[in-house]
Order: sequence, then structure tokens, then C-alpha cells
Amino acid sequence: MTEAVQIRPEQFPLTRECPFSPPKEYRDLREEAPIARVNLLDGKWAWALTRHEDVRTMLSDPRFSADRSNPDFPQMVMGRVQDDDAEKSLISMDAPEHGPARRAVLGEFTVRRMEALRPRIQEIVDERIDAMLAGPRPVDLVRELSLPVPSLVICELLGVPYSDHEFFQAHTATMVSRQSSVPDRRAAFQAVQTYLGDLILLKEKDPSEDDLLGRQIIKGREEGTYRHRALVAMAFLLLLAGHETTANMISLSTVALLENPDQLALVKADPARTLPAVEELLRYFTIVDTVTARVATEDVPLGGVTIRAGEGVLGLGFAANRDPEAFADPDDLDIERGARHHVAFGFGPHQCLGQNLARMELQIVIDTLFRRIPDLALAEPVGKLAFKDEAAIYGMYSLPVTW
Amino acid sequence: MKLIADVGRCVGAGQCVLTEPDVFDQSEDDGTVVVLVDEPEGDQLEHVREAVRVCPSQAISLSG
Ligand code: HEM
Ligand code: SF4
Repeated sequence: MTEAVQIRPEQFPLTRECPFSPPKEYRDLREEAPIARVNLLDGKWAWALTRHEDVRTMLSDPRFSADRSNPDFPQMVMGRVQDDDAEKSLISMDAPEHGPARRAVLGEFTVRRMEALRPRIQEIVDERIDAMLAGPRPVDLVRELSLPVPSLVICELLGVPYSDHEFFQAHTATMVSRQSSVPDRRAAFQAVQTYLGDLILLKEKDPSEDDLLGRQIIKGREEGTYRHRALVAMAFLLLLAGHETTANMISLSTVALLENPDQLALVKADPARTLPAVEELLRYFTIVDTVTARVATEDVPLGGVTIRAGEGVLGLGFAANRDPEAFADPDDLDIERGARHHVAFGFGPHQCLGQNLARMELQIVIDTLFRRIPDLALAEPVGKLAFKDEAAIYGMYSLPVTW
Repeated sequence: MKLIADVGRCVGAGQCVLTEPDVFDQSEDDGTVVVLVDEPEGDQLEHVREAVRVCPSQAISLSG
């Protein structure tokens, strides 16, 4: 049997058509070639998956590896930042290593544990909004609310001093930007790595039950599995994933609701609508799109083609989340859609570990922001706002608002 | 309908608990799924069907 392999000219990563729409090529790919070979920055190619069902199938199949240190893993930025012998973090592990490593921290992120953080998160959000209300207008929401909230929360949870946030926020921004040079990204990576290594060395002397890193040291030692390098890698991932993502979702959600007053009115009228609205906003923006890539470790038949061992695959979450087969009128923002089968947090064994923290942060911020500042408005038209077109995680550089 | 959870497959995303907290819980220890109601009925059964749909690791199923 011959397979009609679709070879396409698209060069990844692609740019969003506008802040609210996927790259225009996604629709063509999904309609004409839902599993197609596309070009990567480094001259290689990978399979691009654009259908919801295929993306879910691929991400749940253990024959696709998440090992980002594999030279065949599809690269979205030029140049490796980590050394070959770098400790793998959760997001790069495969079975059988991944399961036990994930379970070692999972207990920290259960729905119940996250609920216990609610009062403290509410307090943090209220303090930031107090400060906004007390200061001059317009205000840059990114600086005053979107970034500090998740950053404070993850710092407190991990036991990382928030006073150092400017240091690691600046380095994180360098790391996720496709515009940073390779030496700059390497230097940023190394700086945060060294910082966390030193911090964890200190904690090892007198680990506390009051923070996640301390608890991991105590638990790991009891079970005889404790390794310094593994905890540094975990801390790094949690710090990075814990604030860039949620911060960007806070800013984008605010813009989307302000631009869709009918949807905002629904949210304001009933707080029970906020959580479903968060779910829809996650689907609508899918800020983590090309990160859900994998490399095949065996030949795998998928949707009429055979993906060979060593070939890279992009499970394009943003395309999947706008697939009309999975979501009716997928390009509409409809907070009453009630569709939770989106892949904004990925799918399969790597599905976002921090998702219940992210949901709660978003819920509290949106509720509190529009309740306390009901006449919040953009201080500049959407067309003038600075969106992160060149970042691996989509979002906003700044968001001037007034009231 | 009997509700079956495969703890070995569960990745602890907690989507089931979000969907139906009266039927699902997560272990304090490693975050994996704990079934509170073996044979859900009525509304609960509907919610369990939704949980089966959103679970990222096919760790929960209904049979019978
Ligand atoms: C709106 C916010 C967020 C979004 C959209 C998001 C998205 C994602 C996605 C798509 C993945 C899967 C990557 C893959 O399959 O290759 C992932 C994994 C992960 N996320 Fe998130 N995330 C968010 C917030 C957070 C937060 C707040 C934390 C930490 C506190 C976090 C920690 C992680 C970790 C540790 C993983 C790796 C899990 C594993 O490999 O088993 N994320 N996230
Ligand atoms: S939704 Fe699935 S993976 Fe997540 S906790 Fe429940 S059973 Fe486990």
C-alpha cells in the first residue's frame, strides 16, 4: 500500500494571525493535510498534527518520547541551551522514569491541596489590587498584577524568596524568547540553575516542612531516593512553568473579556460562571502550543501514515482546540460552552501538573479584578498592545489599563 | 454501572475530582485517583461519564 505523504511548505513555528486567532495555516493544514510534513527552523522537518483526536492519540501513546535532549526532538528555537549531561526534568522524562518522578510531587498539587491555598491567593490578589487602586493611572497590568500574582504564589509554595523575583523573571523571559541569542539563553539558564542549586544546598542543611522544596528533601531522604540534582531540575521547571504561563493567561483573559463585553457581563452577573470562563479562555488562547511535541521511538501508524522511529511530531494544541470536529463554532469565545476536553494543558502522562493551581489563580484574579474595578478598560486599543509573537509561550509584554 | 479506576495509569491531573468531587478524590500521598462511589447513579453517573471523557490517561472506566 502506498501512503500519500503530504509535504507542506509551512515553516514552524508560525505566527498567530492575530492575538485571538491561530496561525492562518492551521486551518488549511487541518482541512487539507491533518498529518503533514512541515519545515523546522533548523532545516529539518517534523509531522504536524492539527486534529483534536490525533493530537490526543499521539500525546497518550508511549511510543512517542518527550525527551527534549534527543537530537531528533523537533526544535522550536535554534541552538541547545542545556548540556548533554544535564539532569532531565519531568517534562523530558519517559516511562518508566516519568511516573515515579511525577508521583513524588503530585501530592503537592492535588485539587484539595490547591483549595487549601485559596485564602492566601485571594489575599495576594487583593493586596495587588489595593496597590493598583492607590497608585496613578493608567497601570501596566502585567507588571502590577499578571506577573506578581503567580510569581508570589509559586515562590511561597516552593520556598523561594520572592525578593529575588526580578532576577529570575528577567532570566526566564530571556529563556523563552526566540529572539534571545543562544549565548544569552545559555547564560540565563545557567544563572537560574546556579541560584536554585545554592538555595537548595541551604535548605538541605535544615529542611522545613513549610515549603515544597523542604518537604521534598525530607520525603526523599526518608525514602532513600533524595538527589540534589533532581530537585534542582524539578524546582527549575516549577518556577519557570509556574509563572510565565499563568501570568500570560491573566493578561490575555483580561483583554479577551474587555473586548467581548457580552461575555464579561455574563461573568460579572454570576461568580459561578468564572471557572467555566477560565476553561474556555484556556482553550481559546492555548498559549502553550508547540511545546507538546514528541519524537517517535518506534514506527507508529497514525491517521493513514506511518511515523518512523526518530521522526519528530508536533501535537499542535492550538489547532486541536479550534478543530470544528471537537468544538462547535471553535473560533467563538463562548464562556458557556462547557467544553473541558481541550488540550490547553496537554494530554496523556505529561498533562500539566500545575493545572489546578493555574485554574484557581485565574479564577480568583478574574473574579476579584472585575468585582473590585468594575469599570476597568484598556488604556490603548488592542492593535497597539504588545503581544509575545516570538515567545514559546504566548502572552503579553505589557497591558496598560485604566478605570 | 461499575466504576473502575486504574491507579497505575492515573497521572493525577485531578480532572475527575474537578468534575465530580463526590465520586472521586486524590490520595494525599501521591495524588492518584481514589474512588468514593463504586456504582454511581443518576446525575453522578452523568458526571462520571464526563470525567471518563476528560481524564488524560484513560485511567477511569465504566463497565456493566
Ligand atoms: C495557564 C497556565 C498553564 C498552562 C497553559 C500550562 C500548560 C502546560 C502544558 C501544555 C503542559 C504539557 C507539556 C507537554 O506535554 O509536553 C504542561 C506541563 C507542565 N506544567 Fe503547566 N501550564 C500552566 C501552568 C502551570 C503551573 C502554574 C505550573 C506549576 C506550578 C505548571 C507546571 C507544569 C509541569 C511541572 C509540567 C510537566 C508535567 C510532566 O511532564 O509530567 N504549569 N503545562
Ligand atoms: S482525571 Fe484521570 S489521571 Fe486525573 S486524577 Fe482522575 S483518574 Fe487520575
